[in-house]
Amino acid sequence: MEFMEIQTAKEKNAVVVSVQGKIDAVTAPEFEKAISNLIAQGEKVILFNFSGLEYISSAGLRSILATAKQLKPTGGSILFFGLKGPVKDVFKISGFGTIFKMFETQEDALK
Amino acid sequence: MAIPATITLPAKLDSLYDFMDFVSSCTREQGFSNERISEIELALEEILVNIFKYAYKDCGFDGDIEITCKLADSQSFVIEITDSGIPFDIFSVGEPDVTADIDERQIGGLGIFFVKRLMDDVRYRREGGRNILTLVIYVAGRQADAAAGCRKRSGGNPPKSAHRRWALRSA
Repeated sequence: MEFMEIQTAKEKNAVVVSVQGKIDAVTAPEFEKAISNLIAQGEKVILFNFSGLEYISSAGLRSILATAKQLKPTGGSILFFGLKGPVKDVFKISGFGTIFKMFETQEDALK
Repeated sequence: MAIPATITLPAKLDSLYDFMDFVSSCTREQGFSNERISEIELALEEILVNIFKYAYKDCGFDGDIEITCKLADSQSFVIEITDSGIPFDIFSVGEPDVTADIDERQIGGLGIFFVKRLMDDVRYRREGGRNILTLVIYVAGRQADAAAGCRKRSGGNPPKSAHRRWALRSA
């Protein structure tokens, strides 16, 4: 059995979205919906904490890209920190690691 | 799980975790590293989701997918994925532009790209009205973590033909 948990925390000029578990074909729709809701609430800068994310497939990347395209006209952006293991590899292979802003820690990202 | 082993389930998203659990139990039994098991899991998800979405779309019935895990020879662990849906050759799909920025990035195409990148070899054949996709994973590297720095690999390195093979096919 797989799982995904999403927690959000409001920072000064961004919302931090911490995702745990797996973003796969089963959980990606829920992930995308949660982020869409944040954008609908007016959030413009979304900082993903992926330090608890163990796995992401193309379904998850698809959701991230859809979110980024949705945010762009509003002048918003998405950033990432804490990627590890297989998730880091997937970002590297797909080129997502270079088209998005990546940081080691939350402090670095919020600077 | 001891191999060879086969599982057959309906080609729908509800089956995904059962297929993944089945293959993961085979790869764990084979002693692959956690990193390699995760890569195999990713390739498998990408292929299965593709079949769920497209293989039986215009068939008017709910089809099945059969997966067999086996050793092809002393060097190769093989996962064979079979469906009876519309013909689909994974090598007919072009490579996505992984350098395109957010605006130009196309949604889609990445899943198959991952499969080709992460597996040591991928083969497709259409046989008896069925798509048979074979993922080959070299077993020489399966305990690479444990063996690193301890001893030399015996029998030489496996041929690194996967990417070349793909490049040749798509040339």
